[in-house]
Amino acid sequence: MSGLPILSLMLAIPTVAAILCLFLEAKPARQVALAATLVDLALGIALWANFDVGGAQWQFVERADLFGRFQWALGVDGVAMMLIVLSTFLMPLCILASWESIKQRVGLYMAMFLIMEVIMIGVFAAQDLLLFYIFFEGVLIPMYLIIGIWGGQNRIYAAFKFFLYTLLGSVLMLVAMIAMIREAGTTEIPVLLNYDFPPEMQTWLWLAFFASMAVKMPMWPVHTWLPDAHVQAPTAGSMILAGVLLKMGSYGFLRFMMPMFPDASAQFLWLVFGLSMVAVVYTSLVALVQSDMKKLIAYSSVAHMAIVTAGLYAFNQQGIEGALIVMLSHGVVSAALFFCVGVIYDRLHTREISRYGGLAVNMPAYSLFFMLFTMASIGLPGTSGFVGEFLSLAGIYEASSWAAFVCTTGIILGAAYMLYLYRRIVFGELTKDDVKAMPDITPREWAIFVPLAAVALWMGVYPESFLAPMRGDVTTVVARLAPAKPAGDAHVMAGKPKAIAPHGEAHHGGGVQ
Amino acid sequence: MTADLALIWPELILTIGGLITLMLGAFAGDRRVALYQIVALLTLAAAAAAVAALFGTDASVFSGTLAVDGFGGFAKLIIYAASFVCIAIAPRYFGEAMRAEYSALIVFAALGMGIMASSRDLMTLYVGLELNSLASYVLASFMRSDDRSSEAGLKYFVLGALASGILLFGISLLYGFSGTTDFAGVAVAMGGGIDIGLLFGIVFVIAGLAFKISAVPFHMWTPDVYEGAPTPVTTFFASAPKVAAMALLTRVLIDAMGPAGPALAAWQQIIIFLSLASIILGAVGAIGQKNIKRLLAYSSINNVGFMLIGLAAGTQQGVEAVLTYLLVYVVTTIGAFLFVMQLRDADGRMVESIPAYAGLSKRQPGLAAAMAVFLFSLAAIPPLFGFWPKYLVFEAAVNAGLVPLAVAGVVVSVIGAFYYIAIVKTMFFDDEAESAIRNDGSRIEGAVIAVSALWLSVIGYLFIPMLAVAAASAASVLF
Repeated sequence: MSGLPILSLMLAIPTVAAILCLFLEAKPARQVALAATLVDLALGIALWANFDVGGAQWQFVERADLFGRFQWALGVDGVAMMLIVLSTFLMPLCILASWESIKQRVGLYMAMFLIMEVIMIGVFAAQDLLLFYIFFEGVLIPMYLIIGIWGGQNRIYAAFKFFLYTLLGSVLMLVAMIAMIREAGTTEIPVLLNYDFPPEMQTWLWLAFFASMAVKMPMWPVHTWLPDAHVQAPTAGSMILAGVLLKMGSYGFLRFMMPMFPDASAQFLWLVFGLSMVAVVYTSLVALVQSDMKKLIAYSSVAHMAIVTAGLYAFNQQGIEGALIVMLSHGVVSAALFFCVGVIYDRLHTREISRYGGLAVNMPAYSLFFMLFTMASIGLPGTSGFVGEFLSLAGIYEASSWAAFVCTTGIILGAAYMLYLYRRIVFGELTKDDVKAMPDITPREWAIFVPLAAVALWMGVYPESFLAPMRGDVTTVVARLAPAKPAGDAHVMAGKPKAIAPHGEAHHGGGVQ
Repeated sequence: MTADLALIWPELILTIGGLITLMLGAFAGDRRVALYQIVALLTLAAAAAAVAALFGTDASVFSGTLAVDGFGGFAKLIIYAASFVCIAIAPRYFGEAMRAEYSALIVFAALGMGIMASSRDLMTLYVGLELNSLASYVLASFMRSDDRSSEAGLKYFVLGALASGILLFGISLLYGFSGTTDFAGVAVAMGGGIDIGLLFGIVFVIAGLAFKISAVPFHMWTPDVYEGAPTPVTTFFASAPKVAAMALLTRVLIDAMGPAGPALAAWQQIIIFLSLASIILGAVGAIGQKNIKRLLAYSSINNVGFMLIGLAAGTQQGVEAVLTYLLVYVVTTIGAFLFVMQLRDADGRMVESIPAYAGLSKRQPGLAAAMAVFLFSLAAIPPLFGFWPKYLVFEAAVNAGLVPLAVAGVVVSVIGAFYYIAIVKTMFFDDEAESAIRNDGSRIEGAVIAVSALWLSVIGYLFIPMLAVAAASAASVLF
């Protein structure tokens, strides 16, 4: 590109702003944080605009030999770029979402969010294995503090659980990384991506990475930290946790486990499919019986992420592209849903579903947005959810019709729990006095809802803008996996096209073929 | 002989400086605190300068009993710097009770530790170790009128004497079965095979040294002594002697027992056991602690376990990792103990109970943030710099084929993380405690805390190339 180290700049701006925020009063801290995240959003859009679709696999590459043993190596491919754009898109909205609800220690709060942004961009941009690990693990500290300081009633339990669960998963990955570096003799991710590890070693490496990524995703049965963390975290914390942090796990699957350990990936296909199938159905059923809004959406996140894993492990173009769109779509939609919860939580200070009802009467604009995001979560055509789910299910079907069958059941259940949630909160009689007194959304909340809604619809109507930069990377991964790819049970065969008959004979020969 | 003397300038400076301090104390009286403090600080600074000037030399002096090399130099610089800080922070803590002997004893202890780190003979090893130990016993009971301090001194002395006996027994066995006290000579004898006498010698020597680094199962004294000793002395115990004893153990294992051959198998399994036991007990034992000094004692046991992982590898990479770990650990520990020294309750007593830190981040945001950095760094959570040495020891272990050890180490490190983040929880999440805590720290202490916290935050990573070169040149001496 033009030589401007845009990725380093995107990391530097929030870092500086975070340090500044630590020393500022509440009001200027909010403004600084918003300004910094908006600048980063602008840079993120510039990244997207300047990304050369069909060009080099790694773009905006930066290298600086700062650390001796490993490098300050940044660069993005299409997938990483889209996830960075997602992070920068959600950040200003998170800052806005906590504009009024956070009143204590605002400077520290804003600093923690800005550091989160640095870490998220770093995770997706890192081109060095150790640099990646440092960012990947680094997320623990700000998230621990965000949940622990500004969380709900049971925040301390949730913060500990989040911290220790994810740490335990990650440390095993560290040992695997050391073994990889030793075997391949390099820490550079682009080189490692094409390194053929011996098959037995791949098995162990895959399992160690799986321990980390499965917790981060989270996959059933190691998902239990997520509902706790979501329920206790402040609204913006949940938004960023569901929106971006969960994507780190699936990014890890796509970036590391599949291309680096293709044989092991094929070997453990059954495990990923099995866990995903259980997760889709089980967590959807659990979501159905939740009485806490945030918990319900948290469980729905687990179900959606299970479709991502299944889609990724379909090992084909549609499956992986679909999984990526589900990731982006879920990033936007779940953040929006958590914000929907936050809006009414700010007014009534309860997450109990039964305390609400009839909001359609006094909060029509809110109900409209909530409806849109509910539909997007279900996967209604025209919204982002549909594109991703359809593509990934098509891919899964090609790999395993049973998995596709079970995962589709999950989508039906998804419709059930989301519509049930929507009915209980928005429809029904408006009987409770305190609910009656709730005002409709404020301009600040409009400013958050509108971009989220616009993107959810854009992704649903014209997903090509999002898919185009990622297509080449998916092709690369699929090609890398091809030798190890097991035969699916779909038995796809070339169709028998009708013979193109001259016009006159079309009448006779048409159906005989 | 004269040529030899020219190479031990650091030791000479420390001896003379320590004696001057002692004399000043005897003749100038206990009121002139600043005077002998400055003398002692200058002595340490001069000794450090002498070490720096000798960098690059690789020689043996006094018939091969003492080494003047990069390895000893690296360890000595950390030891002198830690001793320097421990003298600088003392007067404010002791107040009226400050005496000249404190500075003199630390200087003598530093001298002993320097000898430990550069000994190349079982006899110099013992002399250095005892010089350090005797000074330490007195330092532990420095607050004569305080029960806890006297108890700490006594406990340390009794157990320390026992450990010295065990060590001497091991030394005598090694001498008896190899016919020499010279490390190189012992290594030659070991190269010919390990008989039962040498094996016992190895076991007893390692046991004696394990006491000094407080590795499990020779750790029992650590929590009591750390808790009872005056905080500046605890800071000292947790930093400099750890470096000396670790350097000494490294030298004994690599130089006298050999990084390869039959001896490796003998000592490696002992070190692996010590390391795993220390990591696990250090992590589990710390969970229930309410006193921050006791907790940091368990934390130091835990950290020693991680260092031993690097040592167990028995490779140059492992030794480099240990040296890097020591440096980072000393910085973190000094920072953490300085934090402990900052807080006093309304009556002016030190606040050492962890529940009293509740809500500290609201009243003392800077101090609490610095402590959070130390704690997360001890828990080795990236991006803090404490991650890097842990990475290095695990890397050394994996590269030496000790994958199960590395896996066990990382898994237990999660248990260790629990109590570190529990303190962060107390400081940041809990509501403010009722008793007022005030921060009456001096500027110097605040500056040391700030600098170490900054270095341990991401800035430390920029020093990796420098550290790697220093550690590599130090470790290469042994191989």
